[in-house]
Amino acid sequence: MLEPLIYDYSRPGRQGISLPEPDVPETALPADLLRTDLDLPEVDQLTVIRHYTRLSQLNFSIDTRMYPLGSCTMKYNPRLNEDTARLPGFALSHPMQDPDTAQGNLELMYQLQEWLKEIGGFAGVSLQPAAGAHGELTGVLMMRAYHRDRGDLKRTKVLIPNSAHGTNPATASMAGLEVVELPSDARGNIDLAALKAVCDDTVVGLMITNPNTLGLFEEHIEEVVQTVHACGGLIYGDGANMNAIVGVVRPGDLGFDVLHYNLHKTFSTPHGGGGPGSGPVGVSARLADFLPGPVVGLLEPGQGGRPPHYGFVTPPKSIGRMKSFWGNFGMLVRAYTYMRVHGASGLRGNSENAVLNANYLLSKLRAHYHIPYDRVCKHEFVMEGVWPEVPGVHALDISKRLMDYSFHPPTNYFPLIVHEALMIEPTETESRETLDVFADVLIKIAEEAHTQPELLQTAPHTAPIARLDEVSAAKQLVLCCRPIPAWAEAR
Amino acid sequence: MNFPTDLKYAKSDEWIRVEGDTATVGISDFAQNELSDVVYVDMPSVGDAFTAGQSFGSVESVKAASEIYLPVAGTVTAVNDALATKPELINQDPYGEGWIAKIKVTDAGALADLMAAAAYQAYCEERKH
Repeated sequence: MLEPLIYDYSRPGRQGISLPEPDVPETALPADLLRTDLDLPEVDQLTVIRHYTRLSQLNFSIDTRMYPLGSCTMKYNPRLNEDTARLPGFALSHPMQDPDTAQGNLELMYQLQEWLKEIGGFAGVSLQPAAGAHGELTGVLMMRAYHRDRGDLKRTKVLIPNSAHGTNPATASMAGLEVVELPSDARGNIDLAALKAVCDDTVVGLMITNPNTLGLFEEHIEEVVQTVHACGGLIYGDGANMNAIVGVVRPGDLGFDVLHYNLHKTFSTPHGGGGPGSGPVGVSARLADFLPGPVVGLLEPGQGGRPPHYGFVTPPKSIGRMKSFWGNFGMLVRAYTYMRVHGASGLRGNSENAVLNANYLLSKLRAHYHIPYDRVCKHEFVMEGVWPEVPGVHALDISKRLMDYSFHPPTNYFPLIVHEALMIEPTETESRETLDVFADVLIKIAEEAHTQPELLQTAPHTAPIARLDEVSAAKQLVLCCRPIPAWAEAR
Repeated sequence: MNFPTDLKYAKSDEWIRVEGDTATVGISDFAQNELSDVVYVDMPSVGDAFTAGQSFGSVESVKAASEIYLPVAGTVTAVNDALATKPELINQDPYGEGWIAKIKVTDAGALADLMAAAAYQAYCEERKH
């Protein structure tokens, strides 16, 4: 059943709350600022509660069902994170208070910087970026600043594999740089010959995701890094897939110069509607001076009974602030909590289980779906949602049908280099039993595709809203619910 | 699927119809079919100059946004304004009313690298597995 709009419950004069008489003198508002046509709903309290509770029950979230959305790492958001983020010392601190009165917050940020340095093998970390793509922009701006600082002004090109997240080329363009796309080879790696052909003294650097969006570890990563470094370029790591390798491989050890972490993926803070995100960046020694500032520094170590003294410091060649105040602090508390709970061996174990779960699913589905780059995967894999014998069924139909079985669809039509792509990432937090049910459902859907294709083509059948008209939705945007345009009302 | 023989095709799925030193460019039937319903076309401006293989706009569908690349070097002399309100023309008639831009060819060198209809058709078949 569809829930009506809050406006549909509105009745003139109805009130949800009685405001007390003001206990301060009243002042007349300027007449030119007053309006009489303000269209707000008038609803009683219980109706409001029921309306929003019902809406919340229509939500799909990681708290209700499995969410195998590739490259998004929709893992469980532990409740303990919420407890710590609500501790009054964290939750009630103000971004403008004197840092000397918020030393606990600074210590947490400092420790988180240190751990992210250790996990990535980096010389410095800034916690400022608000999410992954923001971390990308931060990284590319630092790379640009590094070359300019050396007086090397001819570097304008950013190399990006064709399996990259769309945010990579968007970031490079936003930084005013030119994107050069690199092909992939038959095993899903960067095509080394193509890379060598474009590496010259006009290259700012390479943006690489490792493991890549096919869920595959770059088999020639050392040669890729050497080739780019040899022409004077830098390596940007997109850390979206970091959940596959924490405690196993350090990007800094591979020669990466900068990498963004997604705390809302790898480190269990809420992702997708539950945010905000947080995208700290780690950098090699040669970029450390360019980090966006301020970062947290240890001004004086503790001594005897005296606690250490932390403060905000700005790196000497900083590209400046990327965000007001101190990053999305509440997310930093949650990620810190997650790291403290699991410890070094636990974090590695989580990555190992994420990889194990993905390979378990892959092994169950291989006989039923075509896997175009079929080798041992990392935390995710990509299959084709199409069979030559039933050309009328597409990846989108499979995704819609999954909703009938109470699973969130995987990522569709990405990466672009796979035909009718379905990109599946189970994460480490799904149990074997859930993985078995998910695999069984996908196998059943593959059968249905062959025996009753219309069942897929008209799915979903059990969702509150049936198949959407995506073409009309994209062409005729209704961006405001009031007043409703006549043509939309007519539908 | 339709592969007119009077056109040349690029690996990136654009077609080009050369008439003297001018040419018309669009995306192939295969490309529109892969993209599915086109909902927006980002077109160049008249007068813009591009090198062969350079991105001169993009086509957006409910599935993906895809760059379009100019098969030969040229300067844009006209764009298909009808696509602004009716992007579906690309799906309905990719080689006719769904054309994207007309150009004055400034360097025809890259023409030699393009495929004839038969070769392009084979290239499309290959990509369907």
